[in-house]
Parts: sequence; structure tokens; C-alpha cells
Amino acid sequence: MKNISRSHFLLDMTTSPSLKAKAYDEMAAKKTESGRVQSPVTGTAPYTGQWGQTQLLHLLRRTLFGVSPADYLSFKNKTMEQCLDILLSPSPLPSPPVNAYNNKDYTDPDIPLGKTWVTAAYGDNNGMADGNRKANLKTWWLGLMLSQPSSLNEKMILFWSNHLAVQMALVKDARYDYHYLTLLRTHALGNVKTMVREVGTSPAMLVYLTGNSNTNTAPNENYARELQELFTIGKGTDSHYTQEDVAAAARVLTGWVDVDEHRIGTDFNPAAHDTTDKQFSAFYNNTVIKGKKGAAGATETDELITMLFNHRETAKHFCRKLYRWFVYYQIDSHTETNVINPLADILIQNNYEIKPVLRALFASEHFYDPLNTGCLIKNPIELLVGTCRQFQVAFPGAEDVVKQYEAWNLGWTLKLMGMDPGEPTSVSGWQAYYQNPGYQELWINSTTLPLRNSSTDQLLSQGGLPVNNKTNLHIDVLAFTAELPDASSPDKLIADSLALLSPNAFDPAEIAFLKKILLSGQLSDHYWTDAWKAYLSEPKNEMTESTVLTRLRQYYTYVLQRPEYQLI
Amino acid sequence: MKRKVFLKTVLPLAAIPVALTSCKFKKGGFLDAVFGSNVHDNRILVLVQLQGGNDGLSTIIPLDQYTNLSAARKNILIPENKVLPLNGTSVTGFHPAMADLQNMYNRKELTFIQGVSYPNPNLSHFRATDIWLTGSDTNTVLNSGWLGRYLDKKYPGYPGGYPNAQTPEPPAIQIGNMLSGALQGKAMGLGISVINTMSFYDMVLGKQAVAQSTRAGRELDFMRMAANQTQQYTSVIKAAALAQKNLSERYPSNGKNAIADQLKIVAQLIGGGLKTKIYMVTLDGFDTHGNQANPSNTIKGRHAELLGQLSTAIAAFEDDLKLMGKHDNVLGMTFSEFGRRIHSNASNGTDHGTSGPVILFGSKLKGGFVGSNPQIEAKVKPEDNLSMQHDFRSVYASVLKGWFGLTDEELKNTLLSTCPVLDLFTSKS
Repeated sequence: MKNISRSHFLLDMTTSPSLKAKAYDEMAAKKTESGRVQSPVTGTAPYTGQWGQTQLLHLLRRTLFGVSPADYLSFKNKTMEQCLDILLSPSPLPSPPVNAYNNKDYTDPDIPLGKTWVTAAYGDNNGMADGNRKANLKTWWLGLMLSQPSSLNEKMILFWSNHLAVQMALVKDARYDYHYLTLLRTHALGNVKTMVREVGTSPAMLVYLTGNSNTNTAPNENYARELQELFTIGKGTDSHYTQEDVAAAARVLTGWVDVDEHRIGTDFNPAAHDTTDKQFSAFYNNTVIKGKKGAAGATETDELITMLFNHRETAKHFCRKLYRWFVYYQIDSHTETNVINPLADILIQNNYEIKPVLRALFASEHFYDPLNTGCLIKNPIELLVGTCRQFQVAFPGAEDVVKQYEAWNLGWTLKLMGMDPGEPTSVSGWQAYYQNPGYQELWINSTTLPLRNSSTDQLLSQGGLPVNNKTNLHIDVLAFTAELPDASSPDKLIADSLALLSPNAFDPAEIAFLKKILLSGQLSDHYWTDAWKAYLSEPKNEMTESTVLTRLRQYYTYVLQRPEYQLI
Repeated sequence: MKRKVFLKTVLPLAAIPVALTSCKFKKGGFLDAVFGSNVHDNRILVLVQLQGGNDGLSTIIPLDQYTNLSAARKNILIPENKVLPLNGTSVTGFHPAMADLQNMYNRKELTFIQGVSYPNPNLSHFRATDIWLTGSDTNTVLNSGWLGRYLDKKYPGYPGGYPNAQTPEPPAIQIGNMLSGALQGKAMGLGISVINTMSFYDMVLGKQAVAQSTRAGRELDFMRMAANQTQQYTSVIKAAALAQKNLSERYPSNGKNAIADQLKIVAQLIGGGLKTKIYMVTLDGFDTHGNQANPSNTIKGRHAELLGQLSTAIAAFEDDLKLMGKHDNVLGMTFSEFGRRIHSNASNGTDHGTSGPVILFGSKLKGGFVGSNPQIEAKVKPEDNLSMQHDFRSVYASVLKGWFGLTDEELKNTLLSTCPVLDLFTSKS
């Protein structure tokens, strides 16, 4: 028991909480061993080095869900500035989710197939309609990720759902969840302060963190606490807000209620509002928010948000969240000084507009520091949605919404991998983004890693990846390979596909093995070249097709099984 | 005279109507019945794939064709007096590098089947390999492997619900390569591959990669360690490997003989009680277009090295299994995508050909050989090829029926064809 090493952690974590705790300690100790992991010393100075394949692919991997050959080609001849312009363009709001869940066992009483439910009545009283709609909403969201344009938008929406977390299943109404998700979508690349203000009094958040039961007679500190601890100030070393501050903020926030089942929205109820003055601690410069009567009581919330965002800790906390999402989980004193603080300055100077800070990060020396590439473990959505996007897995079109939503429904698999979209582990988000010391390594354990591997194995297999026992998803390895610059040369096929699929170089022995797969163990390149050319000249010929298909399936299966494929 | 001796020798086996048999191929019609358990449940098949196309004429040498053979391939011909003789026949012998296999043959622990191919053979490595692995006709494309179809029935629903308490083992294990097309089921490959023999020992011993100092290096180390530990079948494989050491002293040291390294792992897992039905190992390099044999001393050269490795490896493997007491449970079989041309080329090698011998090894074999020496014409043209005696699916059928106990109906559904079954095993088996 004494010698619990990091290697035992994986096997034991599913069985023994105490071993797990010990393993954490051991891991923490290992991480602090001096000089073990080189920390980059670069900062936010603009990156002026070479703008080549390595840098572009790094940017695309971190900002998109998977980089397809087409993605790469569309950005290939652009400058870094041009790439950032495209990536930072918000996408227009999509049309809402539609009923794709009517089936022989269940029919939504109000919504016909193909029509949206987001503004309809609650539905049947037994919750059947609502349950179906919630699942439908998540599937729709996955569909938007799967068909994302070349924009950071979708990855930012997921970021926000982790940062301003709501566990959708705990919100009583699917329409509230849609409203929440629409807020995240609307402000994804907008203003942090506006986002926090809007989400804070959204019906979903009022229900989720029980702000709707926070009244002058019975204050409820739930939201007021998370607002400071998680959504704004955070718990950094310079965060010193007090329990009294939590209580004062709760009193400011009294009176907000989600409305009723007929109208999705929020009301401010002056009768439930605490109209006394609220005194904050020295941490907030002894700010007093004057108590107000009537409808004006709602403006106290705006004052509270302004007070929180006037504190530098809010900017630092947000930049740390961005850093852990887009760069790496470890933030040492170097990174704090050279990256987090300068980014916080940019955020404050720009009145919490998010695009300038993202642009500064993605144009910084630090971001392109070779020490920061290929070190982020893909979260389950990055892995699964990313793989589908990377290989441009075909999905049914909107002409058959039932089939389309069935195919998008990766939620169950993602849940088993630990990342059900819309259902972060808690209000703190997914543990991989905050739980010291494991952080991103928490995505990986003895259950999830085999599942990750078998999912990509199945996507590449003849049978495909079964989704909900209804649809099977397939990677078309022939189409992917045909998009590479020169697939007739085994060496080039390997180099070009690996560049897209792995940020870290493969060992020469692995590359030799990959070539062996393509050549079926033969020594001359022409065996592959001939087979590939025969296929290109007769793509419909079952025999020429199966000859290359068999080998490419093995090839990509091997690549996707490598630990390298789990990193971006 | 010599021919008469030969016929007498092989009479017990030659009594089966095998000459120029081919299989009647039927695509589709695969029934969904699950194979019941039977007395053959502890039996294991080890396939040894000789990649590149093994030159059968220099592996199993037809001494009664020696004059014509010497005219066709003077520069690579094995001297008659160096050919290793076999008990009970004077017309057929082994390549001099195969002394260990000669001993096994003489102990009736090795059988070979002559002239194995299929009608209208394909001379492309890729296509011919796929035909052998899937068990298809020359002009048909099958998307599942011959053993994958067998395992699909043995492990219904795989990979869903596996491993489980009754079936902790992987259905098949491929060593040294990606999971073979032979093990491809209707939807998925059935089994796992242990690609690197050295990393296998690291996994068994729980060795960790040397920690790297970069962020990416650290995460790669973590992922590698996680991959080693969380492969679904790791614990059962590790348990088997730790339960049984290799006992034979005949294995060359690791890294010297690729096929021995692979078979050594197979023996250890079988000895350790793993119930995996099929193992596949691979030896590369049989595509001997050049320098197949050293013209100044034809018993040396690339082909001799490969056959020597194969012979040593199989003998060590069999010795190991005997010492472990598992000898009677294991059948081995070599195959190659094609044989080579009768006529040698000017580079002291041979080009792609057609039929060749399949070698089976194991204690339950009757011994002897099936079929007859290939016939070599007096004037062989460079493009001439050997004719077929046995359809390769007939060999598969004989193994599936004789070794795994499939019924005729199951056989038909697995091979998607009706094939003559050769009588290869002792009656007690």
C-alpha cells in the first residue's frame, strides 16, 4: 500500500476511494518534483516566428473539433491574422431543435414531427414530453458541433457550459435549458460581463442554483456563493472575499424568479426583495449597494455584477479558465506572471469583451511555444465529435429528422466517457478542468480509455459505431485518404495523415510499422502505389476498392489506437 | 519405380479423393445459429503467416523432379545431397535449413499438404493475401475473414458484453502485426493484437516509459501507461503470462528470430491457461525476387535464413508446449499468399507464382503428407506455374472440422463453400 505509484492509479481508481486519494497525493508529489516538467517561459508577446503547418494545425486543433483535410486546405495559405479573423467570427443562431422523437410508443401531444417545441406549452404532465425534449435538445447541440463551421464558436459554447455550468437534467423544463443554451450561443464570443449577468438571472440558472427561492424572508446563498467562487472572482491565491460578502450578495439577488410554464423568462418580484443596504468587505473596497424598493431593486444586481467585474480577480480567474481549456492545466508562477496577468489586463482594458483576449492568446508566443503543443488530452467530445468531423463522417440530412437526430445522438457514448453535454459533473463543471492534481488526466481511466479506443475502432470497422442501436456511423477511410496530397506514395500518405491526426511525431519504428501495414509486409513501395492507382482508376471496382480499403482500415485503426491520437 | 514407393507411402492419406479438388463457393446464406460447446473447446489453432509468397519448391523439394527442376532454376537450386530426407519417402525432402522440422516430420508431428492454391490464382500480394485471409474465390470480395466467421459464432455479439466472467479471454490474439483480416468478423475484428513483442514484456512486468520532461512528453507517458494498463484484456493476458514461464531452452535470445519471439509469447499464454482459440503470428520477407539463394552456395541466402528461423521457432515452440503439457491442445499451420515461379530469375530469385505447400504441426496429426510432388516439365518457360492439387479452403475445412469439430452445416456457413475434408488427424483426436 505504501508504494502506490501513478501507474496503479488507473487500475485502482474504480475500486478503492482511499487508494484513489493516496494516488492523487502521490501524483501531486510527482508533479512538484523539481525540473521534471519543463514549463514554458514565453508570454503574451505576439508570435512572430514561422507560420507553417505545425503552427496552423496547432491553432486549428485547439479551436475546432477535429481538423479535416478540407479544414486544413481552407486555412493553409492564410496568415495567422486571417486565420484568427475567421475563427473568431461568431456563427449566426441556428434554427431551433425540432421534434424528431415521435415514434410508435410516444407522440408529443403538442408538437408534430419536424416542428420545434422551444416556445410551445410544457406538454404532458407526466414529464414525458419534457424528457424527450431534453434529450432532443442535447442531440441537436451535438449536431451543431458535428456540423460546425470553421469557427471557434462551438468550442466556446462548450467552454461556457463548463464555466457557467448548469446540469440540464436538474432544470425542470427543457425550454429553460434551450433558453440557457441560446444565451451561451448568443454571447459565446461576446462580453463576459453580459454573459454572466444574463445567465445569472436566466430561468435555468434560477432553478438550478435555487435563486428563485432566494427571498428577503428566507435568503438562499446558493447562487451568490457560486457566482463569486466559480463564475467571477474564483478561489485564486489573491481571492479573499468573505462569508459576509456571500450573504450580502445573496440579499442583493433576492426577488428573482423564473416565471411560469406559459412564458419562458424571468421576473423580478419587488415584494420578495431585500430593500436594506448591503455592505461588502474590504476585499470589495467596502462597497455598499444601496437597497432599493420596487422595480429598481433589480438594478442592484447590475451593481453587484459591476462590483465583481471591477475586481481584477474576476479577469484573472476567467483567463485561467481559458488557459486550462485551450493551453494546458498547469499554471505555475511563470504562467501566472507572463500569461494570466497580461491576458487579464487585456480583458479589463476591453471591458470584458472576449474576442480581444482570445486573439491575444492565439497570437501569443506562449501559445505557439513548442512546449505547449500536443499536450492537451482530448475531452470526450473533442475525441468523438472531433473524430467524426476530422474524417467527415456522413450524417443524414434534415429531410429525415428522425434519422438525422438518431445519428447525432452520441450522448450515451459520451456519458460513458464522462462528458455528457449539458450535464457537467457539478456546478464546478467537469472535474478535468479544475480537480487538482489530476486535471485532464481524469478523463482517462480503466473504463474510459478502452471505450475511447473501441469507439474509434468501431467507427473504422465495417460494422461502424452503433449509435442508440439504430444507426451506425462509418468513417470513409478512402475519401479521407483521397483528400491527402499524394496518397499513392506510402511515405507521403503516412506523413500527411499523421500531421493531421497527431500533434506529436511518431517514433520511426511506429512509422515503419505503419508502412508495413500499407505494404502488407512487402518491401517495395510500388505494391501500395499500384494498388492505390488501380483503385483511383476504378473506384467502383469491388476488388480494387477492397484491396486498399482493408489496408487503410488497419492503418487508421492503428493510428487512432495510439496514445498520440488522444492528444491535441 | 520411385513413384510407386511414393504412392504406397501416402496410401492412408491418398485414399481421400483430393486430386485437383476445388470448393464450391456460395456467397451469403450465413446462418445465425450459435455453435454449441463441444469436446473441442480446449483446442487452439496457431497460424503462421509467411508474408511475401514462400517458394514451395525450395522448401519441400521434389527429388523425383530434380533434373527438370535443375534446368529451370540452376542458380538457386539446393544440391540434391543437401536435401534433408524424410522417413518413408525417397522422393521428397526438406530444405537443409529445416532440420528441426525434418525431425518433427519423422516423429509424425508434422504434416504437409502439397500444391495448395485456388482456381485462377491471383499473383498480386495484396489480392492473394486477402483471398487467403477471407477465404474467397479469386473473383469474389469478402469483407470477413474465415476465422472471423468462425469466431463470430463462437463469441456472439462481440465486442458487446465481452470480456465477461465465462469468457475472460480475447477470441483471438495477433502477435507482431495488426489484427489480421482472417480474424475480421462481420462487423468487427475478433480479438486483439500485441504489436510489439518487447512492449508485451513491459506490459506484463508493469514497466513504465522513461518520464519525459516536456508537457507533451508527460501526457504521452501518461497515455502510454494508461493504454498498457487499461487494455480490456490486459489483466487476463498478464495473469496468463505471469502464471507460466517459457520452459524450452531452444528459443534463440530475444531479438534474434522474429517468429520465435512471437511464438514464445503464444506458448507462454497457452501455458498460462488463456483460452483464446486462435493465435496468429507473422514472418515477413518471403518476397524473394532477388538473392533468394546465394548462387555460389545455394543453401545460404535469404530464403535459407527465413526457413531456418521458421524451423527453429516451430521446434522451440513445440518443445515448450510439450514441457508445459499443452502439446496435445495445439495445432499449428503455416500459409503464404502464393508460391513462387518454377523458373528462377537472373537476380537469383523467383517471381510470384501460384500453389505451394501448407505445413501443419501438432501431436494429434497423423503424420505423412497429403498430395504428391508437383510435376515439373522438361522445358519450363519463365511464366509457367505449378498446378493446384488442393483448394486452400479444403485445408481450412479440414482444420475446422477435424480440429474444432464443426458440423458439415457449420462448416458450410463458415467457409461459405463446400469443400472436401482431408483426413489429417489421428482417429483418437
